Amino acid sequence: MNLPHIDFSVITPELIVIATALVVMLAEFVGAHATPSPTRSHRIALIALLGLVLAALAAVAGLGRAATDIQGMLVADDLGRYLELVVLLAAALGLLLAWDYLPQFTKMHSEYYALYLLAVVGMMFMGKSTELITLFVSLEILSVALYVLTGFHRGQLAAGEAALKYFLLGAFSSAFFIYGAALLYGDTGSTHLVDIAARASGGFLTLAGLALLLVGFGFKLAVVPFHMWTPDVYQGAPTPVTAFMSVGTKAAAFVALFRVLQAAGVSYATWSLVLALLATLTMTWGNLAALRQSSLKRMLAYSSIAHAGYMLIGVTAGMQLGLSAVLFYLFAYAFMNIGAFAVVSLLERPGYHATQDATIDAARGLFARKPLLAVVMAIFLLSLAGVPPLAGFFGKLYLFNAAVQSGWIWLAIVGMINSVVSAYYYLRVTVLMFMTEADETSFLRSPLSNATGLAIAVAMVGTLLLGIFAGPWLQQLGQAALAFAGS
Amino acid sequence: MSMDLTAIPLLSLILWLPVVGALLLFFVRKESTIKLIALATMLLDFVVSLGLLLNWSNTGDMQFVEKLLWIPPLNISYHLGVDGISLFLVLLTTLLGPIVVLYSWHNIKNNLRAFMVLLLVQQTGIVGVFTSLDLILFFIFWEFTLIPMYFLIGRWGGQRRVYAAVKFFLYTMAGSALMLVVILLLYWQTGSFDWIELQQTPLDPTVQTWAFLAFALAFAIKVPLFPFHTWLPDAHVEAPTAGSVILAGVLLKMGIYGFLRFCLPLFPDATLRFAPWIAGLALAGILYGALVALVQKDVKSLVAYSSIAHLGFVMLGVVSLNQQGLAGAVLQSVNHGLSTGALFLMVGMIYDRRHTRLLTEFGGLWKQIPIYSALLLVVVMASVGLPGLNGFVGEFTILVGAFKANRLWAVLGTVGVIFAAWYLLAAVRGMLQGPLDNPANQKLQDLSAREIWVLVPLILLFFLIGLFPNLFLDKINPAVETLLHGMNAAAQISFLP
Repeated sequence: MNLPHIDFSVITPELIVIATALVVMLAEFVGAHATPSPTRSHRIALIALLGLVLAALAAVAGLGRAATDIQGMLVADDLGRYLELVVLLAAALGLLLAWDYLPQFTKMHSEYYALYLLAVVGMMFMGKSTELITLFVSLEILSVALYVLTGFHRGQLAAGEAALKYFLLGAFSSAFFIYGAALLYGDTGSTHLVDIAARASGGFLTLAGLALLLVGFGFKLAVVPFHMWTPDVYQGAPTPVTAFMSVGTKAAAFVALFRVLQAAGVSYATWSLVLALLATLTMTWGNLAALRQSSLKRMLAYSSIAHAGYMLIGVTAGMQLGLSAVLFYLFAYAFMNIGAFAVVSLLERPGYHATQDATIDAARGLFARKPLLAVVMAIFLLSLAGVPPLAGFFGKLYLFNAAVQSGWIWLAIVGMINSVVSAYYYLRVTVLMFMTEADETSFLRSPLSNATGLAIAVAMVGTLLLGIFAGPWLQQLGQAALAFAGS
Repeated sequence: MSMDLTAIPLLSLILWLPVVGALLLFFVRKESTIKLIALATMLLDFVVSLGLLLNWSNTGDMQFVEKLLWIPPLNISYHLGVDGISLFLVLLTTLLGPIVVLYSWHNIKNNLRAFMVLLLVQQTGIVGVFTSLDLILFFIFWEFTLIPMYFLIGRWGGQRRVYAAVKFFLYTMAGSALMLVVILLLYWQTGSFDWIELQQTPLDPTVQTWAFLAFALAFAIKVPLFPFHTWLPDAHVEAPTAGSVILAGVLLKMGIYGFLRFCLPLFPDATLRFAPWIAGLALAGILYGALVALVQKDVKSLVAYSSIAHLGFVMLGVVSLNQQGLAGAVLQSVNHGLSTGALFLMVGMIYDRRHTRLLTEFGGLWKQIPIYSALLLVVVMASVGLPGLNGFVGEFTILVGAFKANRLWAVLGTVGVIFAAWYLLAAVRGMLQGPLDNPANQKLQDLSAREIWVLVPLILLFFLIGLFPNLFLDKINPAVETLLHGMNAAAQISFLP
């Protein structure tokens, strides 16, 4: 029997993360007699962080190299490497948030970090998959890990509710996905995207198969009307998990969506209108719903729905310009959104009850209490609103530019109007932070730990400087997108 | 004698010095040091900006141009330059900078550092707007100016500050939303964001129409042109004095400047088409602003509404689309910045003493605080347009331009001038003359040396512009000529006589 040749260099970063996950899991047994303590938790977190950094270095080392693949199932191209980087960035920032957050409510530290790393692996694989079964397996790896992480705050009702909801709806969406894959297989006799692209009939089976796949992606991306789970899950999950998955899952699913659409075997014109409508619905619904939230986490959950909508504009715009814009946006979004969640995690009362977690009133008078923190939060929020010269503005600039260049002018207009609507609820938080005085509703977890501080600092530097200094780098993203679009 | 300053990137220096000062402020704790650093930065910035005058050549071209490719994939450049249209607006900005810092010396009670940081970065934003020659760069500065002003109003403003700040932010942001899409549309059509390249690429009339409307909406809200003015009274009245001065002095001018720099040269056909409509709105604004100012009980709202009227007048000059109208609009923008800036400062000074701005609370101040009263009279006269002072030159030039364009415009505009004299003089009479019968006013202190120094530069400029207008017009005129010739060459219908 001949084993198929496997080029392990294709998945070096993933292998590093898997190995780290195993080490982290085993770390539970080292000194098992010792009682779990924050120090122990920090040691485990440090191992996990090192793994993420090593994986990121491996991904960076591969940048610019020619694409290689494993049996047409997994591909290591620049698109995949950038995806790995954005996932690893989000994971590292989320991990720093968990550093001191986790010991507050649980003793199961290695389980948390091992599952966390596995979710990371799932996301990385997902963005590199060029075959539907591999794609599905990656999707499940990341989903199952996230279901558990969502319910990690075991003592809490809302966490249980969130996990169950996420699990049930996630299982549903997986079913849609696998059904779609089956139809495509029926149509083309293959699950490889290359073969599908070549052989798709373009008839009912292809369309139905792709539509079902799109529903599956829609769930993971929190695209309206498949977004129902998002607010509850984002609110119930531990904030570091929310922060990480709001970026990581989106990144993986968007890149996978690009790969599937490229192989769709159906003309761009057929899909783009559907995507444009989904983008419009998602942005508008997300922003309108965010207007009336009183919980910070729920507000950011709806805001993340809206941001998925903005990124769908990039998908609508199509391969080259749209893809590089989405990639850029994902990086910007990782910095500003995780930064905002980091500050939110400081506004939560320990042992909180999920229905009253981090209300926006907790931010009252933050400027008078912690000026720097308030300023930083304002920067994240204004960046999310798309105010220049912050990263979020440049992200939107590139997305809307991609839309206009491919003739979607009305979509860009809808996007801009949505930005203005969104500014209202982001401003509401800045009003509370800067323009009202602290009262009994305000709260701040103190002291600010070094890990959270580091995460916030990294996120802020990214949010401030990414847009201004990213000119040459944007060109590389464009080349990665061009290489992909042309392949 | 002139020094050779061409080797120094003068505009970048003027643009970024305030940011450097703002960064320095993060490292000092003592309030007095903070104030000194802020003032020194502003003064230095002003002195550096005078370098523009030293090396100025009276041509209509862009001068002190700097160009660096910034974002290569989209061909976005860091492209700066000034011409006669923007020169005095830049100088006005850098002049008002130290004045507002000096004014705020004692009356900012909380978070002085943040206040000064915001004033400084605000200045960078405004100078950026007046000097950017790349549409994306322009848009970035344009939107950025919202942030510092939002916080200045919202944190240090009056009672309804939060409402005013949020309204200001959202109103202006909504107005500019379409502008960005249109900028991208222009890029799609021409492959360039560059102002100079765009001028050389004629645009299809339909595109021009939409582009003009989107740009004009953003600028009309900023000016503000009637009926887009509703944010202004709130923002002006609630803002702290320093904020009102910057708002009225230079932020509003960004709208006028936008019309002159972008709408006119880039979309000449659409401009010709819509000029009568805009003139109608400008005239409506002149009369409306004046009538509403007439019935205000609060002096600060009176000045705010007078701004609507005055800027309507400036817009009338812009849409006259002739040499006098445009040159007058530029000069009157500067004049309004100086005189309304001074008015807001003086309203602030009396408010600091009495904590009220109601006209009925005052009367007979002339007897108690003669220096204040005398200076107020001069400032009001400048604002009213007394010959010999700056306002007269600007208004007269605009009226000549308007008369050439359409006699009815000039007639209605003149009515506005009369109204302006009416409400401002009525306010002066109410405050300064009559019996000093309110006991609270009988203990008023006259202006301190610092306060006088805040006003002196402005008042000197009233006289300088009023008596030697050609010092200024000589620099403005060539740029206006270039603008008109460019428009005439690009427009499908020739409109120059």
